[in-house]
Amino acid sequence: MANQIAQAIAAGILGGGVYALMAAGLTLIFGVLDIINVAQGIFVVLGAYLSYVLSVHLHIDLFVGLLITVPSMFIIGIVIYWLFIRPLRGAERTSMTLLACFAVALIIEGILYREFGSNYVSLKAWYTTKSVHVFGFYLPVIYVLGFALAVVAIGLIYLMLYRTKFGRAVRATMQNPTAARLVGIDVNRVAALTFGVGTAVTAIGGMVFGAISGGFTPNSGYDLISRLLAIVILAGMGSIGGALVAAVFMTTAEAVVDIWQPTWSVAVFYLAMVIILTVRPQGIFGRAGVRAQ
Amino acid sequence: MTATLRADGVTKSFGGVKALNGCSLTVAEGRITGLIGPNGSGKTTLFNVMTGYERIDAGQVYLRDKQITGAAPHQVYGQGVGRTFQLTRIFPRLTVLENMLVPAQQRGSSRQRRERAMDLLAFTGIQAHAGALAGTLSYGQRKLLELAYVLVADPAVVLLDEPAGGVNPSLIHHISDRIRELNKSGRTFLIVEHNMEFVMGLCHELTVLDSGSVVATGPPDTVRNDPRVLDAYLGMGTDTDD
Amino acid sequence: MKFAAALPSQRQAVAQVAGVLVLIAAAVVFPLVFTNPTVTNFAVITLIFVCVASAWNLFSGFSGYLSLGHAVFYGTGAYFLVVAAKDWNVSGVAVFWLLPLAGLVAAIVAVPLGLIALRVRRHTFVVITIAFFFIAQLAASNLKVTGGSSGLLPPVPNFAPATFNDPFYYLALVMAVLTVAVAWQVRRSRFGLQLRAIRDDEDRAAGLGVRTMPVKLAALVLSAFITGMAGGLWVFFIGEAFPQFVFDPLFDLAVVFMAFFGGLGTLAGPVLGALVLEPAQLYLNLQGGNGYESEILFGALFLVVILFLPRGVIPTGGEYLRAYRARLDRSKEDSSESEMAADSAGTSVKGGVS
Repeated sequence: MANQIAQAIAAGILGGGVYALMAAGLTLIFGVLDIINVAQGIFVVLGAYLSYVLSVHLHIDLFVGLLITVPSMFIIGIVIYWLFIRPLRGAERTSMTLLACFAVALIIEGILYREFGSNYVSLKAWYTTKSVHVFGFYLPVIYVLGFALAVVAIGLIYLMLYRTKFGRAVRATMQNPTAARLVGIDVNRVAALTFGVGTAVTAIGGMVFGAISGGFTPNSGYDLISRLLAIVILAGMGSIGGALVAAVFMTTAEAVVDIWQPTWSVAVFYLAMVIILTVRPQGIFGRAGVRAQ
Repeated sequence: MTATLRADGVTKSFGGVKALNGCSLTVAEGRITGLIGPNGSGKTTLFNVMTGYERIDAGQVYLRDKQITGAAPHQVYGQGVGRTFQLTRIFPRLTVLENMLVPAQQRGSSRQRRERAMDLLAFTGIQAHAGALAGTLSYGQRKLLELAYVLVADPAVVLLDEPAGGVNPSLIHHISDRIRELNKSGRTFLIVEHNMEFVMGLCHELTVLDSGSVVATGPPDTVRNDPRVLDAYLGMGTDTDD
Repeated sequence: MKFAAALPSQRQAVAQVAGVLVLIAAAVVFPLVFTNPTVTNFAVITLIFVCVASAWNLFSGFSGYLSLGHAVFYGTGAYFLVVAAKDWNVSGVAVFWLLPLAGLVAAIVAVPLGLIALRVRRHTFVVITIAFFFIAQLAASNLKVTGGSSGLLPPVPNFAPATFNDPFYYLALVMAVLTVAVAWQVRRSRFGLQLRAIRDDEDRAAGLGVRTMPVKLAALVLSAFITGMAGGLWVFFIGEAFPQFVFDPLFDLAVVFMAFFGGLGTLAGPVLGALVLEPAQLYLNLQGGNGYESEILFGALFLVVILFLPRGVIPTGGEYLRAYRARLDRSKEDSSESEMAADSAGTSVKGGVS
């Protein structure tokens, strides 16, 4: 029993890394652009399908395929931002961008249905079924690799944010877009690139998700986005570190609960979210304060 | 003269910056008091703290000897204190008349409220725009609208944050005339302003703020010649020669 | 009063009332003229959406808090109706009496949801409503009382096959008219004014003594009540209730789209949106193909509206009308000015401040 729980915790933490990466992308986009990209879920699924196509039709290894999918998603993100989000202005901007993201998600889902139908597919490679025996646990290799990849990606994001000029521009824009403009930062460019980065991480998330989920369809986007949203609400919007903690916590909790109650285990996400909201509406790491309109 | 509004040793910091440092201020009943000082001296912060829009770090605020420290904005409003904002806060998608009807604490039937609202709009001079969306008003008109709707609940104390700021000169006279008229019926005013002409001509008392504390207080003529005041303004000028 | 001599605003009001009456009259005779059951089927569903879109707009359009979780209320009303009809052995016309109860249950559910969700910024609010939606879908799929993922069957209405749709149609029509009337009344009231002030500047409104939480919550509960009733009517009409169908993410998006298309926060907007978009969607579904075509089209159309008609048809249309009328007036002025110039120079006396 104890070993089962420990096993679940280990798997949960590893899985949480990937969710953390996707949630970080969401938080980054929110922090810089002040929009909630509800299309993040379907982007992950899109990333998964891209990896699928590369793997099944072009026989490219999943990890190697990332060299193609990540830049592709990056560009897709920038294009979507430029065409559908940048033009939105005015008092209702927050609601409109959210609805625009929803509409984009719908279109992508429809396209995926058209191309791939509603059959379950999953990403397979020689290592997706192997497990590694470490510290008395059997950990699926793909979980470990996915976690490592997520850690590397998050590390790169942090490096970018805190060690590069662009990252400084991003942080400045997050704190005060007007002031950023005044010191010569091209806020639009920063926004576009940030949206691109936030989308690019879904390529990675998508690959790992596609491999560990046991099967996905275009419909999988809903489950994903609902989890991601619960994570960022719990963490408090705008806190990347908080999103990481919340992601790992929630996936681990779900994995543990899954031992006893597989059907309701995902409810852990929502329960945690609701509890935090009643006690602390701004999330664990969020800032309370004046309502922005 | 009794103090209507009193701040006692008010301190407020934002992160590492001390915006208000042991600030003590008295607003006499029925008088027009001006609050002046260089940029960044803490005037708007003092307003915000007194009316509950910011949390106070230390000190007390009294309204007629009753403590209102830490009261929420609507509570302060309910006690008869109205305030305007430096950047006008009106309800842009409501009509001018509807803006007047939003504040609580209004007495009378719906028709009486409407009539009173129209009276106030006429008093400030924008009654012709009653049916227009507030968002279409010019900047000066918005200032007048804010003044009007702040008066709707008949507050005994009115705090005005830069009522003449960015307004064209002919309108400024209009505004100071209105304030004088309202004051004649006993209303107390505390006005933050940069426009010296406006302040000198209108206020009975002046209080000068510098770096979060009061450096001088008294009738306008006295304060204008006070060396500490000159130092506050001119000193600021030479220091910021970057 | 002679119509021609009345003030333009009075003329406008009379015209509006007349227009509404004509519309209602047309709606009343509609099923008698168009007896094709497919057509009346579409009409029933469209009217239900008129109801739901108006109810949604009553909360979200007026307050500015976009709810993407109204399906929760819709579904709660639907499931309640089915379960109650089964447990209390209600069938036939009597099921209609359960509708207000369905609305009440949805309204009750709205209270804790609102208390949790309405304390946060607008962004977060939308996201929370999405999360609540998924919770509801999860619950419906896994609880025994809702029949799990296979769902439940409502009682079969025992109406004459030839005019089967008619009772549903008229009930839906009554509900739609009442909902718009309620929305109109809310807009005229102080309650509606406070809601709209909250929409424009919530903190300022709060500082002026508006009790924001009770006002928002009341609007949500009212909206939920109507939506729940509509859900009950719908499930009784459609004849089946299972989680993916009742709690459908596209439902919320469709309702938002309708209100947006017509004009968020207006009275006629959601009605127009529903009348235009729902039959279109139903027709597309009928044309067959797989679901994805309508999804892509729907999403694309939504984007087009957001990008090019952000305020919706009614406000944008109203502006064009005003601009057109202003041009007409100006040309009239020009011709009369040249007459006046012949007499004397006219000085316009401007009162007040401009």
